[in-house]
Amino acid sequence: MNSADLHTATGAYVLHALAPAEEAEFERHLAACEACAQEVEELAATTARLGLAVAAPVPDRMKEQVLQRIATVRQEPPRVSARGRVRSWTRSLPKLALAACLAAAVTSGALAVWQHRAAEDARSQARQAEQQAADLASVLAAPDAKVSVGELADGARGTVVVSRTQDRAAFIAAGLPELGDGKVYQLWFNDGDAMRPAGLFSGAGAERAVLLDGRIDGATGMGITVEPAGGSPEPTTEPVGLMDFPA
Amino acid sequence: MRATERADASPPPPRGKDLAEALTAVARGDQEAFAEVYDAVSAPVLGLVRSVLRDPAQSEEVAQEVLVEVWRTAARFRPEKGSAMTWVMTLAHRRAVDRVRSVQASTEREHKAALLEQTPAYDEVTEQVESRLEQQRVRRCLGALTTLQREAVTLAYYRGLTYREVAQLLTLPLGTVKTRLRDGLIRLRDCLGVTA
Ligand SMILES: [Zn+2]
Repeated sequence: MNSADLHTATGAYVLHALAPAEEAEFERHLAACEACAQEVEELAATTARLGLAVAAPVPDRMKEQVLQRIATVRQEPPRVSARGRVRSWTRSLPKLALAACLAAAVTSGALAVWQHRAAEDARSQARQAEQQAADLASVLAAPDAKVSVGELADGARGTVVVSRTQDRAAFIAAGLPELGDGKVYQLWFNDGDAMRPAGLFSGAGAERAVLLDGRIDGATGMGITVEPAGGSPEPTTEPVGLMDFPA
Repeated sequence: MRATERADASPPPPRGKDLAEALTAVARGDQEAFAEVYDAVSAPVLGLVRSVLRDPAQSEEVAQEVLVEVWRTAARFRPEKGSAMTWVMTLAHRRAVDRVRSVQASTEREHKAALLEQTPAYDEVTEQVESRLEQQRVRRCLGALTTLQREAVTLAYYRGLTYREVAQLLTLPLGTVKTRLRDGLIRLRDCLGVTA
């Protein structure tokens, strides 16, 4: 199936009317296509209504039989939330790999590499803060995601990814110098007249992606400073970097 | 004097959010919660399976398998991805379709004419007022589809045909059937006010 075909397969998919190979192909597409995922949820709910309409009286003995059977059937273990998140995150990776939106915004041979690393990185974060990672993934993979790249102090490189529809921003940095004990990098939203705390960034050295805490909410850019451990309510040092959000 | 329980009024089966909560409890091994889920889903599950499989004994067997699978795999239910009822009914349809296709592999499928004239088994529905209302809504909305949309959706959902089989049966191009299945369901979604 070509990609136009894939988008129109939502109906056949929820009806279990695709051939096995097509179904597998569509599920790969589904992991990468927000629009189809949404439509599939809605159409599956629609088919369930078709099913409700043919409800049939159930023989009384069936309940007894089923209850007896389940008493001896071992359940799949409850999904440890991090695990499940990682799985769903992994499912959405092809989208990052494609990330056509990013490719359009940045023309750099290194792009694929950092996308991959950002994905790997976010995936490892997912084990600790799965919701955050899912949000991060969602911003990085948003259809309207825009990217700008800038230099930070000491030759480090920063990338900011903004989704206007989600009103969220992600920050990726590589090569930031290690900080001494008792110091952290802190991120800020630049609201023009003030800097608003947007979380800590513990990613010295290796490339690392984080989601800025809070909504963009009109901020025009972001900054990064070095602060005492735990962060500060407002910047106490000159920024290591200031970057404008892409329009 | 001790307060006695009202034996005449068993609580109604959970719906919507309550059903999702019950299913979540099932995932933690709660057998009482499973009994509640059973009460809510068994009639639609059996009805749907029977619509696809036709044979009553086989339908009951598959319906039981579906219900046991609900118990076994409840941990896979993700409330943010849709309602508990949708999750169960999707599973039921999958299993019914799997069964009808495995049977089909050994024996020939019913005659074309038989498939086409069979309408869903609306008439055997329970006396529950709510079910009757749901049935009327669905029937009205199916009636609002084009003939092609209605035939394609009905054959795929209630009879478990693949879109290829639907295309053969209705002598239509594959792409047309795929599109009709999608726009038919979209129209149904809007008519039924489904928000997922
Ligand atoms: Zn799509």
